[in-house]
Amino acid sequence: MGKIFETPLYPYRRSPDQDRPAPARHAAIVVGAGPVGLAAAIDCALNDIPVVVLDENDKVSFGSRAICFAKRPLEILDRLGCGAPVVDKGVQWRHGKVFFRDRQVYEFDLLPERGHKRPAFINLQQYWFEHYLVERLKALAAEGKPIEIRGGNRVVSVRPGGDHVALDVVTPDGPYAIEAEWLIACDGALSPIRAMLGLDFVGRVFEDNFLIADVVMEADFPTERWFWFDPPFNPGQSALLHRQPDNLWRIDLQLGWNVDKEQEKSPERVIPRLKAMLGEEVDFELEWVSIYTFQCRRMEKFRHGRVLFAGDAAHQVSPFGARGANSGLQDADNLVWKLKLVRDRIAPESLLDSYDAERVAGADENLLNSSRATDFITPKSEVSRLFRDAALDLAARHTFARPLVNSGRLSVPCTYDGSPLNGPDADALPRRTRPGSPAPDAPLGSGWLLDRLGGRFQLLAIGAPAPDSLDVYGVPVETLRLDPNDDPSGALRERFLGGAPAALYLLRPDQHVAARWTAYDEGAVRAALLKTIGRT
Amino acid sequence: MALITTPNIVDPDDFYAELIALHQGRAKEESDAINARLVLLLANHIGDRRTLREAFEAAILQERTEP
Ligand SMILES: Cc1cc2nc3c(=O)[nH]c(=O)nc-3n(C[C@H](O)[C@H](O)[C@H](O)COP(=O)(O)OP(=O)(O)OC[C@H]3O[C@@H](n4cnc5c(N)ncnc54)[C@H](O)[C@@H]3O)c2cc1C
Repeated sequence: MGKIFETPLYPYRRSPDQDRPAPARHAAIVVGAGPVGLAAAIDCALNDIPVVVLDENDKVSFGSRAICFAKRPLEILDRLGCGAPVVDKGVQWRHGKVFFRDRQVYEFDLLPERGHKRPAFINLQQYWFEHYLVERLKALAAEGKPIEIRGGNRVVSVRPGGDHVALDVVTPDGPYAIEAEWLIACDGALSPIRAMLGLDFVGRVFEDNFLIADVVMEADFPTERWFWFDPPFNPGQSALLHRQPDNLWRIDLQLGWNVDKEQEKSPERVIPRLKAMLGEEVDFELEWVSIYTFQCRRMEKFRHGRVLFAGDAAHQVSPFGARGANSGLQDADNLVWKLKLVRDRIAPESLLDSYDAERVAGADENLLNSSRATDFITPKSEVSRLFRDAALDLAARHTFARPLVNSGRLSVPCTYDGSPLNGPDADALPRRTRPGSPAPDAPLGSGWLLDRLGGRFQLLAIGAPAPDSLDVYGVPVETLRLDPNDDPSGALRERFLGGAPAALYLLRPDQHVAARWTAYDEGAVRAALLKTIGRT
Repeated sequence: MALITTPNIVDPDDFYAELIALHQGRAKEESDAINARLVLLLANHIGDRRTLREAFEAAILQERTEP
């Protein structure tokens, strides 16, 4: 059996669009079937926005690339209907060790907060992640949802028009033209669409190379994240070992800048390096070897008229901190409900500018975090190395220095503080659920809170009277009434009430808090809803 | 808490001698490492970010803008 990432999943098939006299116009076209494009397309279909996904390839990601997926993207997948297979296949972990030179300096337990349906992290090969998204996409298509994926379709030109975007696509059968009312560009870090539109992508280049090897081995290393600074087997550099499902292990070795990449990728060079790390006696097989360099950069704006950039096409971060795919999924989550309202002419087109504002803020947070981790791992000056080593030496003896050690701050979702869509806040309620924040999960007597949220506007009424539903200029707001006593763990109270006896939360379709109050006031809810759809 | 920039150490001559003695006979590299660890230890002891920022400014001999 071939590897999953070598099997065509959506092989090229001729589309009727290729035989039409005039270009077919689709409501939405997504370019790129990576994790972000697939998620965006699925969300479009769930919102009944007819969508076509174009990818030059016909397979999932070659090699695993992203392996670490955080809770928020898993919650997004739950909303999209494919969280369960991803989490079931993934490996959960919470422990880790940090080594400096030849010794362990400390071990940690992420101590994930209890009372969430989804774990803080899972490790899963990106190809499996994409595989489950493709399956979900196909299942939706089979149910009759307006979604289609076309492999072997390479976009070669993009021309924005007044009310559409025109595309030229090359296929094994030759070129054809197609149009989109809205184009979602998820075509990766090298984004040809970005280049076609002559748009910027500025940031910092990190002059470093990392050798990444996925090896299959029957090893009894625990399911932990092991990170080495300056280990004897890779002097002056860093190393990472992390487990994936199927006895697959991720090894990441920093190589430095002046290396011969082709030579370093050859098994004659890779195998001795890995043996030095894992021990001579460990038997392993190489599944995938690659060398990567990275940059930390973003586009100045993610929205360009009817072209919306998402994922790596819009922003690129270092892998330390697992923020690439994780943040790209949050882009999709943020974008599609807005597109739906704009397309239905319920919200003004300017609502899409809030996609830009909110996700640029998210990208900046990720860029800051991943640049800091990278600077700690690879100090850029002598004095920076001096302090890095000081922190590591102290961490072995004193707990205070451990939070200073930075081998990647693992992805957490962005709170859209200061978003133009945020409505009023109530000071008495807990800070973590302030407007702009993603609603945290909580166990209810039966099931989980987040399973009951999302995909529509909702008014979460906890211990407060509120009507069953509201209609605000054609936007339905559905009330979800919760009893503050139906709270077996106390998490609901802690996360949503604090000391207050009752609370009302206006929630967006992406489960983010738009506004909140301690008592119901219809006028206030209406005003907040209008604000969150960009109508004021 | 504002950074204390007036005399605050009892027996300053003794303290100073101890500080220098700490580095006595050590290679520059080792001394640099000790100093870095010392900065981190003391910074953690102070904890307060405002005070630390005032110390950073004082260390680069910057005039204080506000009292
Ligand atoms: C070594 C490594 C480790 C990583 N680890 C993590 C991690 O642990 N966690 C995490 O969250 N992220 C991680 N990442 C980042 C993650 O892999 C990326 O952020 C993610 O793949 C981005 O998804 P995307 O959908 O935006 O783009 P991509 O996955 O790059 O997909 C782009 C798609 O666009 C298609 N395409 C491009 N041009 C065209 C065209 N002209 N026409 C049609 N189709 C086109 C491509 O075929 C491709 O399928 C890691 C990355 C690397 C390299």
